[in-house]
Amino acid sequence: MFTDAFRNDAAAKVTGKAKYTDDYKLPDMLYAVPVHSKVASAIIKTINYSKALNQKGVVAVYTAKDIPGNIKFGQIIKDCPTLVNRRIRSAGDVIALIVAETREIALSALPFVEVELEEIPGVYNPEEAMQGTSPLVNPDFGSNICNYHKVRTGNMEQGEKEAELIIEQEFNTSRVEHCYLEPETALCYLRPDGVMEVLGSMQHPFSTRRFVASTLGCKLSAVEVKNIPMGGGFGGKDDTAALVCARAALCAYLTRKPVKLIYSREMSMRESYKRHPYKLQYRMGLKKNGKIVFIKARIVADGGAYCSVTPWVTWRSTVQSCGCYEVPNVQSDVYGVYTNNIFSGAFRGFGSPQVNFAIEQLIEMAAEKLNMDATEFRKMNMVHQGSKTITEQKLDNHTVSLQQVMDSVLQEIDYENKVQQCSFGNPDVEEWYGIGYAIAYRGVSLGAEGTDMNSAIINIQPDGSVLLETGVHENGQGAQSAMILIAAKELGIPKELIRYRLPSTSNIPDGGSTVASRGTIMGGGAVVNAAKIIKQRLCEGVEKALGINGCSYKNGNIYSAQGEKVADFFAAVRWCYDHQIYPFAFGVFKAPQISWDEETGHGNAYFSWVYSCQAAELKVNCKTGKITLLNLVAAHDIGKAINPALLTGQIYGGMAMGAGYALYENFPLVKGEPQITNYNGYRVMRSTDLPEMTAILIENADPNSPSNAKGIGEPALEITAPAISTALYRATGKRFTDLPIAPQVREYVKGKKQ
Amino acid sequence: MKITVNNTEYSVSEELAELKLSTYLRENLGLTGTKIGCDIGVCGSCTVLVNNKPGRSCLLKLKDVVNKEVLTIEGLASSSGTLHPIQQAFIDAGAIQCGFCTPGMVLTAYAFLLENKQPSREEAREAIKGNICRCTGYQQIIDAILLAAQRMWNNEDKRFD
Repeated sequence: MFTDAFRNDAAAKVTGKAKYTDDYKLPDMLYAVPVHSKVASAIIKTINYSKALNQKGVVAVYTAKDIPGNIKFGQIIKDCPTLVNRRIRSAGDVIALIVAETREIALSALPFVEVELEEIPGVYNPEEAMQGTSPLVNPDFGSNICNYHKVRTGNMEQGEKEAELIIEQEFNTSRVEHCYLEPETALCYLRPDGVMEVLGSMQHPFSTRRFVASTLGCKLSAVEVKNIPMGGGFGGKDDTAALVCARAALCAYLTRKPVKLIYSREMSMRESYKRHPYKLQYRMGLKKNGKIVFIKARIVADGGAYCSVTPWVTWRSTVQSCGCYEVPNVQSDVYGVYTNNIFSGAFRGFGSPQVNFAIEQLIEMAAEKLNMDATEFRKMNMVHQGSKTITEQKLDNHTVSLQQVMDSVLQEIDYENKVQQCSFGNPDVEEWYGIGYAIAYRGVSLGAEGTDMNSAIINIQPDGSVLLETGVHENGQGAQSAMILIAAKELGIPKELIRYRLPSTSNIPDGGSTVASRGTIMGGGAVVNAAKIIKQRLCEGVEKALGINGCSYKNGNIYSAQGEKVADFFAAVRWCYDHQIYPFAFGVFKAPQISWDEETGHGNAYFSWVYSCQAAELKVNCKTGKITLLNLVAAHDIGKAINPALLTGQIYGGMAMGAGYALYENFPLVKGEPQITNYNGYRVMRSTDLPEMTAILIENADPNSPSNAKGIGEPALEITAPAISTALYRATGKRFTDLPIAPQVREYVKGKKQ
Repeated sequence: MKITVNNTEYSVSEELAELKLSTYLRENLGLTGTKIGCDIGVCGSCTVLVNNKPGRSCLLKLKDVVNKEVLTIEGLASSSGTLHPIQQAFIDAGAIQCGFCTPGMVLTAYAFLLENKQPSREEAREAIKGNICRCTGYQQIIDAILLAAQRMWNNEDKRFD
């Protein structure tokens, strides 16, 4: 338990003073609401909003024809309409915006927008969508297969020949809602200088800026997106949140007044993208001695109506399709598919939770078939120092610590003893007990998904106080605190001297999105590099003042070439200003080179890897099927713990979200129509659903990261589900290969009773 | 109608009897620390205390709190700005991430600690089950509640160690 955690924005949050988007009010502000489609696939014939306009207090109704710039935008394929002009592709599509004097008036005008539609056949099953006979979701694109990635390693024919045992299994994962507590909100106003200023609940200011500028048809420099507190994102406040900002900006642009666009939970759940549901079909070949000789995988991801980041999500799934194992012969085929479902996009884990759920169970099933201990089987096949991944990346530039994380967790939870006590559906007991664990590696940051760099500005004031900013976004994870701690350590000064300045898109370069657990590694790297420059500046100031050369900086003091302390931090700062040297630095961290060949699926996909192990203990009531989690333990090699209290919090929160993914979370659609509208229909883990958890921090300093730290946001979530599913197998004796599992356990128990 | 919010008494016109308490607090009084997550009484983000009992301000109407004392997150720290021990404990235990559930969570925890001066972890866990937090997994929130209990009531026992 921590009793002195550091978090620079905590006081504002704990007193209710922290201002989130909806907490801001501007003079003459208008309120907007979206008009959503009521069907998933249709052609708009007419939109008649005259009755809505006649409602007292309604200021305007806008449709696609009012958009001055591009109607459609997207991060990869520009297929996503800010407002639909003709064809409706999903139930989350927005047809119009109502702007009114109050939010109540805007909401009450919703029924008065009359949309005449002609429903057209849609496609809701990705396998059907992949057939050539299916209706095209995005005819401009020409195919429902949005993207295809593959890995071809070794020789499958040879693998099939060598295999002495074959195991085949299909897995299916669910569509999951992010459930950030703050729904999407945006407040935009056109400044007197002609710049559209955007405050919004979004996690990617630069991506948002691109959406807004595209919609308004203006330059990027004419849009300024500011980072303000955000009530949760988990990857979910990218495209949808950016579209919400673009719509608010459109209204502000057209009305010339500040406009706040607020989403109700119902609107948020209807429109926002979800975690991709996957169908994963595996065939694994084994030697009787326990060596894996081949893995063949066919993975289909339901991308829904718009591309969003599906090609990137499925690329990670491709690279990690065989888990953290050495496999000599690999054939992985991964498809991202358009359907008329609510679209899928970024969600903490980003294509890894699905493959880990499958592969870590497949490993357990294989060990059982071989009559081998699953831990021995893992040890025999998992990657170690110098191993090659399935994409032929040699793991030799950092510490490969799978064994260490695994040993830590298994020892902490007393696995060897407890695994003997599992019930396997024993009919003689009232309560079944099970324990299970899973391991994984995760490529850090973006990999071949995109350009990977970040920057930091250290600006020391004449009194020695420090302004720090980076291209990292505060998503609630504590990014600012981590950056402050890294800067304080590098400069050898108290953290209280450093004030983090939440950046805007107009005062720091685009550092990419704060996603892929890359905030600490990329932003932290930039801070370290900026600190290196500022230390030189401070030395220069001292050298000029004293007329000496060869000074060096150590722990907040400056030393002469002879090793004598000649100035402290504050004197050095003063002397800089006195001698026309700005103690100001702009530091950049560029991710080390990665490579990828789309034809073979080979390359150094990521510049380093995080190693993880998580274990779960649980019991199942044999009469009711009720599952009680008893214990969750995690160990992650994060390189270096910058802020242990907040790092630990990421692990607890990740495991909680992963446990929800395993057991309860599901967002079903029927013909593309959401069956859940609010939290009353969607089971988010509550305090009483969770056990006490243990987080073990493993620190093998990563030489590829200037701060030595890697990332934790996603590793913390991505293997909880397979750990729980294996524990459930050992409790019930039945293997569950589809998510979520709790409803199936209830059915299974019911079936047994009859 | 008279309503007391954070020790200040307000006169409210009868016409507002049906107004949601959450709307009144946020829009009329500018007390935006009360957050709206679901607006149907499920997530607990809008929790305020009514006569020291947690209530969902998105479900309560003004007529429900007439002549009662409403405490919002803005009223918990001392007037000089010193944080209440439960607030300080949330900071010190690392119980805050995105912060959106925090006001409701802190108030729920505060009400619980008024009733239970020597809580176990299980009791603290039970006390906050009506408040959803999507970030933390609740563990450090429970840590915070036990830390606050110790600081507030000077517990000698070490059950939270």
